[in-house]
Amino acid sequence: MKLPFVKGELFPVRDGYGKALLALGESNPKIVVLDADLAASTRSNWFADRYPERFIDVGIAEQNMTGVAAGLSLSGKIPFVTTYGAFVTGRAFDQIRNTVSYSNLNVKIVGSHGGLSVGPDGGSHQAIEDIALMNLLPNLKIFCPVDANEAWQMTLAAAEIEGPVYIRLAREATEIITGEDYQFEAGRAAMLSAGDDGIIIFHSVIGSEVSKAATLLAGQGLNLSLINFSTIKPLDTSMLDYIAASEKPLFVIEEHLTNGGLTSIIATYFSLRRPIKFHTISIADCFGESGSPEALYDKFGFSAKKIANYIIKAMNL
Amino acid sequence: MKEDFSHLSSIAKRIRRIIIEIIHRAGSGHPGGSLSGVEIGTALFFHLLVHNPEKAKDPLRDRFILSKGHAAPLLYALLQESGYFPEEWLSGFRKLDSPLQGHPHSLKCPGVEVSTGSLGQGLSIACGLAWGERDNQHKNHIYTLMGDGELDEGQVWEAAMFASHYHLHNLIAFIDRNNLQIDGKTETVMALEPLALKWQAFGWDVQEINGHSFSEIISSVKRAKKTPQPSVIIARTVKGKGVSFMENERDWHGKAPNAEEFELALRELE
Repeated sequence: MKLPFVKGELFPVRDGYGKALLALGESNPKIVVLDADLAASTRSNWFADRYPERFIDVGIAEQNMTGVAAGLSLSGKIPFVTTYGAFVTGRAFDQIRNTVSYSNLNVKIVGSHGGLSVGPDGGSHQAIEDIALMNLLPNLKIFCPVDANEAWQMTLAAAEIEGPVYIRLAREATEIITGEDYQFEAGRAAMLSAGDDGIIIFHSVIGSEVSKAATLLAGQGLNLSLINFSTIKPLDTSMLDYIAASEKPLFVIEEHLTNGGLTSIIATYFSLRRPIKFHTISIADCFGESGSPEALYDKFGFSAKKIANYIIKAMNL
Repeated sequence: MKEDFSHLSSIAKRIRRIIIEIIHRAGSGHPGGSLSGVEIGTALFFHLLVHNPEKAKDPLRDRFILSKGHAAPLLYALLQESGYFPEEWLSGFRKLDSPLQGHPHSLKCPGVEVSTGSLGQGLSIACGLAWGERDNQHKNHIYTLMGDGELDEGQVWEAAMFASHYHLHNLIAFIDRNNLQIDGKTETVMALEPLALKWQAFGWDVQEINGHSFSEIISSVKRAKKTPQPSVIIARTVKGKGVSFMENERDWHGKAPNAEEFELALRELE
């Protein structure tokens, strides 16, 4: 299927979600979309405008929204619950745990504004622990798109999966780094480019900064493989085994707390099987704060330049 | 003409015996709130609900969501008596590898529509079902049984707003108004009254009935089915109903009867 966004252009991943919902609305009458008074921010309003009879605004009530979605799934619908990642995974955690995940219900939970991308709104709104929370729950899958094309593919894929899925979106427009040959596959990490000097793995929209950092490093003669770990759960252990066996310097970059993020997840995996030392650029034990996304990226070490500098230093060059 | 509900009364007695027996055998469980809901459950499963254990997943069936999941013994007794699983399963209640978990688990026990146990969630689930089934153009009804104590949960009132906002006429919620929760009387722990006025203010059709009277339960549901709004039936009940020493005693919320108490209880339920 032709991807909706052109490589190199700038789009927010939530646009990919919004477009996929429109496609699903047309192809699948079971799709119902819910939002908690943030439809314009999450892009679920695109679906609401075209399919108002299958859109439910629950008001500012994430717990009820999750329960209603559970009930919808029991009536054969495929509900997509949409709101900020910070709120749905936090406030509705018990509903996701005890109702959705425990009963393995076919509910799709979409957390927009993941990571630091909500910028000026500050730490209250920045979901930097959402993956940690969702990763605790059996039955649930976790998808973190690198760009709007992958968000589009993941949303379509999630509708085909029987069971709960969490999809993490982001607010800011970021570079489309997937091209026509890209195909998301649930549970598979994707090697975007190959290099001999080291490996970077990442998830979510930080991939666009990582990609720029890789270009800067290549300018200095350092070629690193870029691996998009866009499925956090189920974990692509065959890719991890390949990475460990390569014995190359490894960098994990994620806009998430170190605790409970991909960094912790793979550290656990490696330490139980084949202990390796690796580096991480992730968020230490703290909350986010207000600032433009660019300023926050710089402060937290996620800008392309900071990433490149970190890698050069770590490799003792 | 006055309808004869003696067959329901004899089923209710069996349900009470099963509840007491499985909690006694398990050595733990929640007798008080299971016993208070026996007539509501019996009227639903053996008179009102359109359901068939042979076709447990029939899309046109009525749905029953036990929001007060700790009344699992009541649900298990109703399901077993209806024929959803063999009698032998009852002895496994709360034991390792049993389909009859301490709180109902839909992936383990047939007839359980959804797992419950964390309070305050059933009404939201019932709302989603009611919205979905109306959209499916099914003519069935969605029932839920809530405890009065769980009305402390804010999510219940989110769902209450939702149901009236979306005119969920096919939704019927029972409140097992037994006036007790773990820490004491509901009015002492966190006052609920004026409860009927609260639900009215939230846009619901409200009825208050004697929750141990089959005729009142059945006629209230008949009326509830005709209303354009969602309906709540506040069923005044006695916690521990049917076993004299458990009645209105908060200590029997979550305690199993010992051998002596078990014999006493069974004698009262003959």
